[in-house]
Amino acid sequence: MSNNVSLGTLFKNGIFGENPVFRLALSLCPAVAVTSGVKNGFLMGVAVLFVMTMTNVTVSLLRNFINPKVRIPSYVFITATWVTVIDLVMSAYQRTVYKEMGLYIMLIVAFAIILSRAEMFASKNKLLPSFVDGVGMGLGFLLALMLLGVFREFLGKGSFWGVQILPVKPLLIMIMPTGGFFAMGLMMGWLNWIDRKFFGGTGASSGGH
Amino acid sequence: MWQHVLTIFIASALINNFVFSRYLGLCIFFGVTKRMETAVGMSFTFTAVMLIQAVLNWIIYTYVMVPYHLGFLKIVIFIGTVAAFVQAADTIMKKVAPALYYKLGIYLALIVTNCVILAVPLLNADENYGLFESMALALGSGLGFSLALIIMASIREKLELADVPKSFQGLPISFVLTGLIALAFLGFSGMITL
Repeated sequence: MSNNVSLGTLFKNGIFGENPVFRLALSLCPAVAVTSGVKNGFLMGVAVLFVMTMTNVTVSLLRNFINPKVRIPSYVFITATWVTVIDLVMSAYQRTVYKEMGLYIMLIVAFAIILSRAEMFASKNKLLPSFVDGVGMGLGFLLALMLLGVFREFLGKGSFWGVQILPVKPLLIMIMPTGGFFAMGLMMGWLNWIDRKFFGGTGASSGGH
Repeated sequence: MWQHVLTIFIASALINNFVFSRYLGLCIFFGVTKRMETAVGMSFTFTAVMLIQAVLNWIIYTYVMVPYHLGFLKIVIFIGTVAAFVQAADTIMKKVAPALYYKLGIYLALIVTNCVILAVPLLNADENYGLFESMALALGSGLGFSLALIIMASIREKLELADVPKSFQGLPISFVLTGLIALAFLGFSGMITL
């Protein structure tokens, strides 16, 4: 990607064109794991947004100092540092949520999407584009998690952000592990359908890592 | 004590299966299960690395991090250990066992930034497990992960022949399939209470 691309395009690219979850099929584990409720999905998304942006900024600032031979380990350690920061913040201020999904917060460090953005984008670009790319990608991830969270919480508990909307629980299975996989599969298939029907695309990539 | 170790082993393999109830390692799970051969190779490599990592990180955690109050650095330290170990294993295997390296080397490269490998020491540290309990968790999780990979690989080989709607081809149908297997694994819960 050249530097000529406008920042707005870059920003949209992260949210729609290359949405980390639905289009690139990267970092699927937390997308299924924490989306049994909207709130969990939101907090996880915020954590990822933070780590993503800060890692991109740090890598971009240090890009002329990192020896290319050790770049991958350097990126991993930069990510690990920022994950530690958000991990400690979350465990201090969001005690109950942290108990449920602390493991997944720590595992942000192993996200393919963060490492791949650092390697593919931030290491070759200046500070501002890297920052915008990080925010765009992070927001794309946040939106995907929220979408899944709304879908699963509404069907599973009949509520939104913990507030009861329906008097019944329509499909309890949606908040269980099984439901996570179902929701993800249905959502991906649906988005593929929209993409093929209305935008003439070819659908998301079929194999992620 | 041995009974506790056995409980952890079975629980981590079946009830808290990494793929079906903890949702870890999904990238690998969907990435390598297109062919049986790669799934089996991956299972071997992962189980071995998980076991070695559990022991290594247990030693570091118990004898370095706890005495010096470095618990808050566990993410950085564990991922460092994993990366260093994988690099070392890569170099040593290339020299000592080229045949094995040729077969399993490509999987090693994928391991460095993988949540499954990292999750084992993190879970052990959270639960304050002893050495044998840590090993039981690692072995159980590794075998559970292998089981998941092999089940999925054998189903996906059949799926090649099925007539799937166009929008659902590839990942979406695999997710729905995983959901169904997870439903079956739900039957194991309640078998043992930890």
